[in-house]
Amino acid sequence: MSEKVMMKGNEAIAEAAILAGLRHYFGYPITPQTEVAAYMAKKMPKIGGTFLQAESEIAAINMVYGVAATGKPAMTSSSSPGIALKCEGISYLAGCDLPALIVNVQRGGPGLGGIQPSQSDYYLATRGPGHGDFHVLVFAPASVQEMADLTGRAMHLAWKYRMPAMLLADGTLGQMMEPVVLPEPSNAYGEDNPWATTGTQMKRPHNIVNSLELAPETLEKNNIARFERYRKIEETEPLWEEYLMDDAEICIVSYGITARISRNAIVEARKQGIKVGMIRPITLWPFPKEPLAAAADKVRSFLCVEINMGQMKDDLELAIKCRKPVDLCYRVGGMIPTPDEVLEHIKKLAEGEE
Amino acid sequence: MAESSVIIAGFGGQGLLFAGKVLAYGGLLEERQVSWLPSYGPEMRGGTANCNVILSDDPIGSPIVTHPSVLIVMNAPSLDKYESTVIPGGKIFVDSTLINRKVEREDVDVFYIPATQMASDMNAAGLANMILLGAVLRETACIKDETLPDALHHVIPARKADLFDVNMKAVQAGRDYKE
Repeated sequence: MSEKVMMKGNEAIAEAAILAGLRHYFGYPITPQTEVAAYMAKKMPKIGGTFLQAESEIAAINMVYGVAATGKPAMTSSSSPGIALKCEGISYLAGCDLPALIVNVQRGGPGLGGIQPSQSDYYLATRGPGHGDFHVLVFAPASVQEMADLTGRAMHLAWKYRMPAMLLADGTLGQMMEPVVLPEPSNAYGEDNPWATTGTQMKRPHNIVNSLELAPETLEKNNIARFERYRKIEETEPLWEEYLMDDAEICIVSYGITARISRNAIVEARKQGIKVGMIRPITLWPFPKEPLAAAADKVRSFLCVEINMGQMKDDLELAIKCRKPVDLCYRVGGMIPTPDEVLEHIKKLAEGEE
Repeated sequence: MAESSVIIAGFGGQGLLFAGKVLAYGGLLEERQVSWLPSYGPEMRGGTANCNVILSDDPIGSPIVTHPSVLIVMNAPSLDKYESTVIPGGKIFVDSTLINRKVEREDVDVFYIPATQMASDMNAAGLANMILLGAVLRETACIKDETLPDALHHVIPARKADLFDVNMKAVQAGRDYKE
């Protein structure tokens, strides 16, 4: 299993999910994530799993909801407009405290938008994709290897905390191929699912999976208990990577594909003597506030690089409590900034600081 | 070895992605860092398409090639689009059956190969991509000669395994071609 293979990001997600024990996939085709479904369609029948192309995205997420209630790993994947349709189901999953994996290979919006890459579902993913007070775990891979690694992690933490997890990729990462070492087979969900609705055998009281709670006192209690769990996750589960931050005076904050592009720009800027580094959030919820707050003590300014209109910039400014200026370098609509564009932005910031 | 950043561009259906995959697999087999990025969407069904490949000894940042060291073009719009992006000293490989004009840049090496005509002459229509790749391998050695057969075996799907020999022949024809 330790051999490197070439895979598309979308295929790596699918294979990693299977290796982590997933046997139930429900989807509906949409560019640029169709390879996830295609891979599942090929592989699931051979390993006794379920691949089902539902009649719609809404049907697919509700099938996930059904399998999740039985304590088994379940997954759906889509791209931005399709994810919007799934939001009702995601909210129900959260309201029932059920684990599930939702993959969003983002494309440009709003509406049907385009089919080229984007990160414009950052708000949707990190603010709780659906109605009501809730969060989902959000992972932002930046390589095909991370797409494989974070899929298993997302499934495991979804089960551990009994909440949906979203893998938030984009069209570039989904379509590109890179060498990947696939993870060892595992059982992301463990064996202990006392909440699962799998039949009582007349030996225990019924498990009931339901998000309806008409008594306000109880519903309030449930919400508060859920947020206590979220607080624990915010303390223990943020993931991030730091790059050349030791002496950095400018800190780029970027995730996913734009972090890869920023890395090129940083290498060039360093050659020109500009002290710039990067903090790359790997989890977007929980957001890695602590390293960013620490960086705010050291750097002169931040540069947020995203392919949306600056959605993460809000979280960054909150994390650093607006103590340092935050600039934004962005393209949207399926356009991606080049390393040169990011470099120009870095240079402008560096000149402004002299 | 120096980093190779390659753009292969032309019409959908010319085997651009396939040629890129051969390079990428070659890089993988030589244990280098590799990325392969296709254009996707309606252009894959006949419009202009392209594929970006990077082979490097260092971790690869952006998989999007903005300044290629190697450009392979299989239609005129692609030459128009990418000619100016090639780094000085870079190499441009032109399918001269399909592109009539000459490259205007003087700070790059240019190779004109009538690949589509050659493929047709050797009864291997559709393998102009591999003929061009042969010329690229001769001029850049971005993957080693001995890596190529193994890379091809990885990329040719099992149900088309019988096409291995003709692919190798096309690469050799490109390698041997002299203007």
